[in-house]
Amino acid sequence: MQISRLEKLDDYRWQIPRHGKMRVPGILYASEALLQAMDDKVYEQVCNVATLPGIVEASHAMPDAHWGYGFPIGGVAAFDPDDGGIVSAGGVGFDISCGVRTLHTGLTPADIRARQKALADALFERIPAGLGSTGAIRLSNREMTDMLRGGARWAVEQGYGSEADLERIEEQGRMAGADPDQVSEQARRRQRDEMGTLGSGNHYLEVQRVTQIFDEELAAAYGVALDDIKVSIHCGSRGLGHQIGTEFLKRMAKAAQQYGISLPDRELACAPIDSPVGQQYLGAMRAAINCALANRQIITHLTRQVFAELFPGTHLNLLYDVSHNTCKEEVHRVGKEERRLHVHRKGATRAFGPGHPDLPPALRPHGQPVLIGGTMGTASYILAGGTQERELAWHSACHGAGRSMSRRRATRLYQGRDIQQRLERRRILVRSPSMRGIAEEAPDAYKDVSEVVLAAERADLARRVCRLEPMIVIKG
Amino acid sequence: MTGHWEHFEHVADIGIRGFGSTPAEAFAQAGLALTALITDLGKVAPQQRVHVELEEEDDLEYLFFDWINAIVYHMSTHHLLFSRYEVRIAGNRLQAELRGEPVDPQRHAPAVEVKGATFTALAVRQEGDQWIAQCVVDV
Repeated sequence: MQISRLEKLDDYRWQIPRHGKMRVPGILYASEALLQAMDDKVYEQVCNVATLPGIVEASHAMPDAHWGYGFPIGGVAAFDPDDGGIVSAGGVGFDISCGVRTLHTGLTPADIRARQKALADALFERIPAGLGSTGAIRLSNREMTDMLRGGARWAVEQGYGSEADLERIEEQGRMAGADPDQVSEQARRRQRDEMGTLGSGNHYLEVQRVTQIFDEELAAAYGVALDDIKVSIHCGSRGLGHQIGTEFLKRMAKAAQQYGISLPDRELACAPIDSPVGQQYLGAMRAAINCALANRQIITHLTRQVFAELFPGTHLNLLYDVSHNTCKEEVHRVGKEERRLHVHRKGATRAFGPGHPDLPPALRPHGQPVLIGGTMGTASYILAGGTQERELAWHSACHGAGRSMSRRRATRLYQGRDIQQRLERRRILVRSPSMRGIAEEAPDAYKDVSEVVLAAERADLARRVCRLEPMIVIKG
Repeated sequence: MTGHWEHFEHVADIGIRGFGSTPAEAFAQAGLALTALITDLGKVAPQQRVHVELEEEDDLEYLFFDWINAIVYHMSTHHLLFSRYEVRIAGNRLQAELRGEPVDPQRHAPAVEVKGATFTALAVRQEGDQWIAQCVVDV
């Protein structure tokens, strides 16, 4: 990206001045080095989002921003329904409520080393991953409706996990305002046997070791210590969410035209929040959030079963669960007044700062855990949301490393088998149904996640708590 | 020139492009490009049949978007991969026969799961005597 087109606010915040049809400026949170490597398309997409009706204050991009569909991945924007604000299916994306959750295990690296192969094989066998894999749960139409209303809370009521898990999930495990009637028959059919499945692409389950602590006090508050073993799960709302995204993308592209919204890119398909299609989308999207929360809860249950068999007496308590493709109605301070806004986070994580009332009491003094997925060969991070003093980008932070190379280029450069063997020499076991899938997700096809999280910290979006490196990777 | 297909680059995902002497042929070729993202086409036996009918009032591009999403939907709900596509388009209606077989994770080693078609680089157009139908798909 051409830095000369940006106004430097400080070392980690850069502004795109309002021009053309932009209603608000754009703000990029990144180091100069990250910006230089950033795709020019991010600039264009940040500007395009800034033209949408009802956008408040600015169109934001996180340090891991890259070229997405309509919105950049790593894009954050809030819209005010009282000001003609829109909701955008493109702004949430296909993988509604894709997210990460991290579990404590109480185990040590030595415990894992002693059973590493058996654990990798058991997790791979028990947690359905990849195209065509199915879960053991079949939901009737009525049960599906209950799941879409109840989210992880529904899953716990069905015996997947415990009540204690719920306060460690955004929205206490259940997204309010879901409207299962807006979820089409096709979307339901796609989900029929996909409950409790990981999916493919960049989705994974990892057994990780804490290799670095950045903030002892926050780490203690989150229950994290050096050499702890954690489990992280990255997946979303599966076929149901994909189908809803697809259906509403087209409906909203047509609706935008009807409402006289001129779209610089058809992918920004949107409709006024207060319009029938806007409300129908919100109802369906919230149901898909519940589907993702229930899905991660079921996978957690399967993971716990595997650990209980191999390591009797272990308890995998939930550290936290965050989603990074959502639109949520939230109250934010704008100037001197509080306003109810619809915040789109596309490949961006909510990152409430210390004292936020929506955090459970145990976490409230410290801020929300922000879980950053890395690549299978490098590292993941846990951050803590924001600072008490300032609210930036509607309390949001980055979500991952972000691709730096296309899948096609990755498969030309790398062999899945080579990557698997190379990682095995570093004592990282990778299990996947597809060698090509491993090649496409090659660690070198992603940006340096360490630089991304450092930029998030320096920009005051979040504070680094710890670094985790994988020991076992289950890839879809 | 007979129909053929190719993939094209997108940073996070990948594009599929079909070529043919008619829109229908270009659509069918794009179907092959879609399957080829997931596995080797030669490994998919055209044993089982699925019938698809679509209607899109507005234009061929939206019809193509619906077509790719219909393939994704049938792959997902029937757990099938398709290696043969016969497509007929009359006005704003599409009828198609998809032939394929159930996914065998061992044999097909599916590389990705396609979530859906996108509007990115979505185009159905004629160049000379050749039709091109394309879009980026989210994987």
